[in-house]
Amino acid sequence: MEKLLLLGDEAIAQAAIDAGLSGIFGYPGTPSTEITEYIQESKEAKEKGIRSNWGANEKTAMEAALGMSYAGKRAMFTCKHVGMNVAADPFMNSAITGANGGLVYIAADDPSMHSSQDEQDSRFFGDWAMIPILEPSNQQEAYDMVHYAFDLSEEFHIPVMIRITTRLAHSRAGVVRRNTQREQNPVKLHENPKQFILLPAIARKQYKELMAKQEGLMNASATKGFNQYIDGDNKKIGIIACGLSFNYLMENYSDRKCPYPVLKIVQYPMPETMVNKLYEECDSVLVLEEGQPLFERLLRGMLNKGKKVMGRLDGSIPRDGELNPALVGKALGLPVSQGLPVPSIVAARPPKLCDGCPHIDSYAAINEAMLEYGVGKVFSDIGCYTLGALPPYNAIYSTVDMGASITMAKGAADAGLLPAVAVIGDSTFTHSGMTGLLDCVVDNTPVTVMILDNEITGMTGSQKSSATGRVEAICAGIGVDPAHIRVLNPLKKFHQENLQVVKEELAYQGVSVIIPRRDCIVAANKKRKAAKAE
Amino acid sequence: MKIDIILCGVGGMGALSTAAIISQAALDMGMYMKQAETHGMSQRGGDVQSHLRLSDKEIASDLIPEGQCDIILSVEPMEALRYLPFLNREEGWVITNENPFINISNYPEKDVVLAEVRKVKNSIVFDADKIARESGNPKGTNMVVLGAASKYLKIDIEKLEKAISDIFSRKGEAVVAANISALRAGREVADKM
Repeated sequence: MEKLLLLGDEAIAQAAIDAGLSGIFGYPGTPSTEITEYIQESKEAKEKGIRSNWGANEKTAMEAALGMSYAGKRAMFTCKHVGMNVAADPFMNSAITGANGGLVYIAADDPSMHSSQDEQDSRFFGDWAMIPILEPSNQQEAYDMVHYAFDLSEEFHIPVMIRITTRLAHSRAGVVRRNTQREQNPVKLHENPKQFILLPAIARKQYKELMAKQEGLMNASATKGFNQYIDGDNKKIGIIACGLSFNYLMENYSDRKCPYPVLKIVQYPMPETMVNKLYEECDSVLVLEEGQPLFERLLRGMLNKGKKVMGRLDGSIPRDGELNPALVGKALGLPVSQGLPVPSIVAARPPKLCDGCPHIDSYAAINEAMLEYGVGKVFSDIGCYTLGALPPYNAIYSTVDMGASITMAKGAADAGLLPAVAVIGDSTFTHSGMTGLLDCVVDNTPVTVMILDNEITGMTGSQKSSATGRVEAICAGIGVDPAHIRVLNPLKKFHQENLQVVKEELAYQGVSVIIPRRDCIVAANKKRKAAKAE
Repeated sequence: MKIDIILCGVGGMGALSTAAIISQAALDMGMYMKQAETHGMSQRGGDVQSHLRLSDKEIASDLIPEGQCDIILSVEPMEALRYLPFLNREEGWVITNENPFINISNYPEKDVVLAEVRKVKNSIVFDADKIARESGNPKGTNMVVLGAASKYLKIDIEKLEKAISDIFSRKGEAVVAANISALRAGREVADKM
């Protein structure tokens, strides 16, 4: 058996290839990006004809995955946690239609917000939609669980979510690969021709079927063997350890033997029989969840009148942020080793725009043009250019979600805050800025939309952008007057003329789009190095 | 036997490639390993770090527990200080390049930073950039630091060299040779101390 050194993300991708995947669909987002990238770069995946291009956004990607499953083949969808919000519409409804070919959704959460705007826990989505969730605690489990997820999906005709977090996604370990690989499914329609039509009359019936599947799913959680009840002599505390938290618990015991009974949970729905056994046998319960206290809250109940339940809600574990061995050790009252304090001279080193980044020149033009209007009128978006929030630029007033710059600028303009400027990247624009631009065109809102086009998805590490070569045509197609679609070259030597263009468009009382276009410096350097190597 | 290492620096300085080399060598030796690293926004000139854990037994946590790190290996001196809460204060080593990478306006005085590093019980602070240049590989600072650390890594230097050649082979023989010579130059520094 072959042992590979893989990131958690890569283990998932390799497993999907081995489990007979026909297509992977997603939009880049840390910490999920490397799953799709691995398949895009895999020779094997190419030979097997696995489709792997990026989607325009998470919604389009999930819907395409759904279509592939309806056609009978195995499909995988990947996104970061906030991508689940974008895909929420197809996600919730796909639980009701059910799946045909195995359908697996990977949601990669980012507790502690290493590279995100929130730390929402995707298990809430899975629980809400009533689909099974797998939460691998290590890379090998991630590899094995992908195979199981496709089986479970095909057995119960239901999409299955695999929830990972940054620490697994971006941590490498040896993974034993299976010797046998599964063939892809042929195209095969579902036996019920109405299965996937969510007319109310059908949806009501399908929804009842979804509820009827729950008992079988819970039974699978209790019997499949991924969830484990590990007994211990000391019944003062029973510990429910979900996903990665199991590792942090075990790290506190050098012999890997915890004196308390431990219920390791990596498959949901939470198996009631196992939870009940732990609750009955122990005086109190400690719930360890990497993320938000979903099951701790359920177990404790609104009135909290049962046995003592410890976790994030009673302060045994901090309410927010990623777990680690010390936090778990402290919750159990164990002695925790300490290193040296960080000397007070150590300064923070926040991320910043790279030297030579085109966004630097774009912000120089924006900031100078906005001088006469005052601060608070530039709305931004999700990408490297969000760093325009930091010194020396201090250029932007808000950043909320993908595509929101354009619509926030619109709302501010509607409120009378003028001139209203949106700063958005090319990939974020095709992700979900286009529809907002249409709203502006329909209302003829006076907004200036700066689409910083570096012809790549930059922040996540140079993925292909769906916008490349299409930005002007899209804007004109949406109805922006071509006279107010202006393309700039964001270089220092063109600063004066770029500034002039920005000033002109700020003065225009309608929709204008300015497109500063220059290669992402990281991508350009990569290209140059690759060319040199050849 | 276990060895826990934190590799750190600033995005783009090669801390993550160093981690990949040690991992590859450890796997080659049949050791268990886990290596957690930072991707995404922090790679844009921010601080980057990797927790690398090697053991002859199965490893539980992807993160090194505070106070248990054996080696902090850094290509930048202030970054080495950032992770001191993880260092085993009695037996742990800090091995770092002495030259600051200054991309912030409030970077402290170099002498103050180096004095803080030298307060740690076991430390090697040296001009790895200079040794990299002298070895003919001015971009090989991370390899020089790795070479110096190899004395304490419990991994044979030959294994590291093999890993370098595996990992950099796509980039051509010249790149492999330049990195190996930087590695050896770094090792010489540690041997002379």
